[in-house]
Amino acid sequence: MWVQAEVFLQTLVAGILLGGLYALIGIGMTLILGVMKIINLTHGQLMMVAMYIAFWLFTLFGIDPYVSLLIAPPLMFAFGMLIQKALVNPVLRVESILPHNQVILTVGIGLVLQNVATILFTSDYRSTPVDYASTAFYLSDLWAGTPVEISLSLPWAVSFLLSVVITVLLWFFLAHTDTGKSIRATAQDKDAALIMGVNVGLMRVITFGLGSALVACAGCLFIPIYYLFPALGSQFTLIAFVITILGGLGSTLGAILGGLILGVFESMTATYVGMGWAPVGRFVIFVAALVFLPGGVASLLKTRKLSK
Amino acid sequence: MLEVRNIDVAYGDVQVIWDVSFRVGQGEIVAMIGANGAGKSTIMRTVSGVLRPGKGQILLAGEPIHTVEPYTLIEKGLAHVPEARRLFPEMSVEENLDMGSLRGRARKERARTKERVFSIFPRLSERRRQASGTLSGGEQQMLAIGRGLMALPRLIMFDEPSLGLAPILVQDIFNVIRTVRDEGMTVLIVEQNVRQTLALCDRAYVLENGRITQEGAGADLLRDPHVKAAYLGV
Ligand SMILES: Nc1ncnc2c1ncn2[C@@H]1O[C@H](COP(=O)(O)OP(=O)(O)OP(=O)(O)O)[C@@H](O)[C@H]1O
Ligand SMILES: [Mg+2]
Repeated sequence: MWVQAEVFLQTLVAGILLGGLYALIGIGMTLILGVMKIINLTHGQLMMVAMYIAFWLFTLFGIDPYVSLLIAPPLMFAFGMLIQKALVNPVLRVESILPHNQVILTVGIGLVLQNVATILFTSDYRSTPVDYASTAFYLSDLWAGTPVEISLSLPWAVSFLLSVVITVLLWFFLAHTDTGKSIRATAQDKDAALIMGVNVGLMRVITFGLGSALVACAGCLFIPIYYLFPALGSQFTLIAFVITILGGLGSTLGAILGGLILGVFESMTATYVGMGWAPVGRFVIFVAALVFLPGGVASLLKTRKLSK
Repeated sequence: MLEVRNIDVAYGDVQVIWDVSFRVGQGEIVAMIGANGAGKSTIMRTVSGVLRPGKGQILLAGEPIHTVEPYTLIEKGLAHVPEARRLFPEMSVEENLDMGSLRGRARKERARTKERVFSIFPRLSERRRQASGTLSGGEQQMLAIGRGLMALPRLIMFDEPSLGLAPILVQDIFNVIRTVRDEGMTVLIVEQNVRQTLALCDRAYVLENGRITQEGAGADLLRDPHVKAAYLGV
């Protein structure tokens, strides 16, 4: 009995920790979707690039991945702005026979990034062997008589907490600064925003930069606890996509919940079905969300509000 | 204050505005009346830079504005209260007002102007934190006007400010417009309430199928047989 409870709780904790990082990835994609009305299918690849930055900073200079949080995200912010300005904006202007050609463009950018990474860094698995990698806290240290033992890995806990801090900072920026409000206004009605004096083109560029910086943060938080290889990008693009669908396409709060749900679900699948089944679980929840909850978690939040 | 010279405007290949010219003098209330689809909103959207004229010029206080970036116009003193309100539905009342005062002097005066808007529309003050998408139609219209006033504009354009409002509220809105003018703003207004609008305005233009067909003092147009037949239903 206690053993089962212990396994369940441990799985739940692991799922929430993973979900917190997923949320950060999902928020970035959701922001870009809201303002640009495009699904950024290079999101995971941007994270992969950030992870390589953190990896090399660690390997060459011994810079801790958490310190790279101050380096990789600003670089990716600039890189994201450049992508938007140099590639996405021109495509937005061209009328083409392909609908959603900006989305196809992001797929192309992702492929290029992945291939360049393979050429430069090979497809070897990499990791940053930080010396606190296997440090952990135990519930029994805090509470001697606990009936269940739960362990909490130090890097997972730190990554989770930092992702919460970053999310709160982002919320503050969006809710309380004029630039943040202008970004939200652009997402809600871009012509009205223009009339109010919002430089809509600049907001698009900033948003793509911000989304890239957020996923870069997630990359820096993931590298101490994960491994890295070029194709990891497309895997995380899919994850980001699933979270965004689950969250209800464009709702930040929805993306946070979507990330947590996916994290817990994957963790449960790994424990109760089998290690290798997490990606299958991901697909199941993706299809289930599309079929049963097309409006995502956000639609549930809305109906709650209305009925209250 | 505003001078529009011989503009043509098209949506893609479909031209809807033909060689339109008009002017709005400093401190005037000028109205534009016309049937549905005549092109009134199109003209306003062109003045505020959302659309570009195919030919012609638009001058604000003598300065051409049809070539500048549209987001700079609000700082030059041009505010636009668009048709159908166009609020930011997921933002609160206060945040919508903030959006009206992003730039220049309006930004510095934000807190003071906001209190002033709340004193004009006390209902908004009670609902500061409510999402604008959940306001009633009338409250949304008040907020749209308030958001326009937040810019401390020299020229404010109203596109059907009384749309969907009860007669008593229409009267309130018209009073606000009069007050605003008395405080020194110049007003360009498009309205379906033709009789009240012609009584309110100094001058008016009649727009038919994208062309200006008549102009004159509001009082004169009220007596004009063609205007009477076409727009006043008498
Ligand atoms: N985005 C658009 N694309 C194509 N045509 C448009 C667009 N917007 C307006 N039109 C057309 O331009 C013409 C003028 O429209 P406009 O909205 O300016 O009329 P209006 O005088 O404001 O009418 P109303 O009194 O109904 O508001 C109409 O024939 C309309 O169908
Ligand atoms: Mg109109």
